[in-house]
Amino acid sequence: MSTPTLTKPDGAERTYPAYSRNPLARALLTREAAVILALVVVFIYSMGNIPFFDGPLTIFNLSKEYAPILLMALPMTLIIITGEIDLSVASTLGASAAVTGVLVVEHDVSVPVAAIIAIVVGSLLGALNGFFIAYVGLPSLAVTIGSLALYRGLAEGLIQAKRISGFPEGWQDWPTERIGDTQYPNILIPTAVLIVAFGVLLHFTRFGRGIFEIGLSDESAHFSGVNVARTKMILFVLSGAVAAFAGVYVALKANSVATDTGTGFELKVIAGVLLGGVSIFGGRGALHGVVAGVLLIAVLNSALQLDGQGSEVIQIIIGLLLVGSVIASNFLPRVRALLPRRKVIDAPPSVTPQTPGAGESSER
Amino acid sequence: MSASTLAPLAESTATRVARNLLRSRELAIVIVLALIVLVATTRRSSFLLSADGWRDTLLAPSILLLLAVGQMVVVVTRNVDLSVGSTLGIAAYVTGKIFVANPDTPVIVVFLAGLGVGAVVGALNGLLVTVFRVPALVITLGTMYVLRGALTHEVGSERMNAQDFPAHFEKLGTQQVLTIPVLTIIALVVVAAVGYYLHTARGGRELYAIGSDPDAADLYGLPSARRVFGAFVLCGALAGLAGVFSAARYATAFSGTGSGIELQAVAAVVIGGVAIFGGSGTVWGAAIGAFLLVTINRALPILGISEFWQGAVVGALIIGSIVLDRVLSIRRTHKLIEARDHA
Repeated sequence: MSTPTLTKPDGAERTYPAYSRNPLARALLTREAAVILALVVVFIYSMGNIPFFDGPLTIFNLSKEYAPILLMALPMTLIIITGEIDLSVASTLGASAAVTGVLVVEHDVSVPVAAIIAIVVGSLLGALNGFFIAYVGLPSLAVTIGSLALYRGLAEGLIQAKRISGFPEGWQDWPTERIGDTQYPNILIPTAVLIVAFGVLLHFTRFGRGIFEIGLSDESAHFSGVNVARTKMILFVLSGAVAAFAGVYVALKANSVATDTGTGFELKVIAGVLLGGVSIFGGRGALHGVVAGVLLIAVLNSALQLDGQGSEVIQIIIGLLLVGSVIASNFLPRVRALLPRRKVIDAPPSVTPQTPGAGESSER
Repeated sequence: MSASTLAPLAESTATRVARNLLRSRELAIVIVLALIVLVATTRRSSFLLSADGWRDTLLAPSILLLLAVGQMVVVVTRNVDLSVGSTLGIAAYVTGKIFVANPDTPVIVVFLAGLGVGAVVGALNGLLVTVFRVPALVITLGTMYVLRGALTHEVGSERMNAQDFPAHFEKLGTQQVLTIPVLTIIALVVVAAVGYYLHTARGGRELYAIGSDPDAADLYGLPSARRVFGAFVLCGALAGLAGVFSAARYATAFSGTGSGIELQAVAAVVIGGVAIFGGSGTVWGAAIGAFLLVTINRALPILGISEFWQGAVVGALIIGSIVLDRVLSIRRTHKLIEARDHA
């Protein structure tokens, strides 16, 4: 097994420890692969052991319930990779669901028009977050805790104690109708489109590379020509828009909007993203891992439900998964660093004139 | 370079204290608070001047006061504890359980139980944060849901009401000494003690040092992990005490007790001028922030704003105070740079 090396202009060889393994091992020994494996294991176990899990309704209900979580997880992935966080997604969802409900039911606006207005409102709410974070330079954690309260407050102010229901028949059914004869609801079509769109945006565009660079270091990203503020602004607007779209869907699906529509969704979204291998410190993550992470939570949820467990058990397990995944991604590398280094490091020391310290560390 | 350092200001202690007070963030919030109380009282004199109004004005913030003080101590170390609402709920439930088991339990035992339950939860959070060095936001978001889920699992739809609590405990919720509610007195004593510790004690100053630059604090040899752990234990213990307060004041405990109050605690801290990224702020500020928040909520209906907009007002206040902090800190930096350049 030869170590791929890159010869630098001055003749010194640079080694890439990660590349010394063969490609298959590299693809399989990732955090994303582990999550996908866990998803497959839980799914197969549930198929065999949980009564009715293999029934035709399971996948249908599961995708119906978790489509909004999966949708919001997409922009959240990008935001967390830049090292920021958006705690206000569930409140944005609630606010735009309230806007949709008020417009459609109380003002007889047609559903598509109301949906577009709601998405515009969601984008504006996202833009407000983005403005404070990207241009004023405030910590996203503090800003979005504030807007979590503010946007939920807007929804409460809009619909007060009422429960709005009575959306037009046709629209009320569309999101939850099946695609042809399959067991997949219609909402999976826009969800799949957005997954692909965000995947391409994150992994195959210059904008996406910029997102990773910002996560590794704001400043170095700035100096290498990434427009940090604009990137963050765009991401928060996207987050608001997608959350609003999910809000319209949730309103139509439940045929009702109340002040608590979507409360607590942000935990499921963030848990899914972190479970999918995205680093909370930014700079690391992949969209297929996140999709698997959210699906893992979804499958666990429906398996536990079918097993007769209450929603609080699911709450406990999601909380534990969240804590566990952050500990795993943060603690295991440190443990690994304490173990003897792999032999690749013994390869010719990669001394560079500028950093004398690098030589010492590679001679261990 | 001596030229780039600032000479100590040549002014007496009295003028310095007076100037600091006039410029302080705390005074600004006190003025806002006073204005709100004034306007609400002129609109409806019973807001402050009736016996009930006076008591409510002082009593209502007592629970949030405790939470805000605990939260402040954690926030100043550049961490955050979102699990205080769940801790409060658990402590309130434990309080109820103790009284159901033995109605004659002395009040002090319940207080100690609340503090103890809270301290255990705080220690759990503190261990997770310091041993695994993971961001407190995510850990406490997780423990908040785990604890709330565990509480719901245990309690179910059970609900403890006034008849489950003995009279001597319920009386505590409204008892007054010199017209000041007992709960508020306890809360203010806690504020004073923690505030004094943070202001003068070595451990307290170290909390500020850790928050303003964790790496520098480590290099300097401060026991960062121990201090942060201690901050979480204190925060949890105070949240537990707040749970006992909540049981005494509302004479009820159920699976949803205190859910969502963690946001108000964070809001009170931020409004009180404590930087969310640690290292600055005072306990007094957090306490006044808690007073302001609760008083605004009570005053909104009197000022003609529907109670349904309260959440929005809280959110706007949080964002407004962070923006204000940012503006002030930029101005301060500019001034310091100018002072340096002219020195």
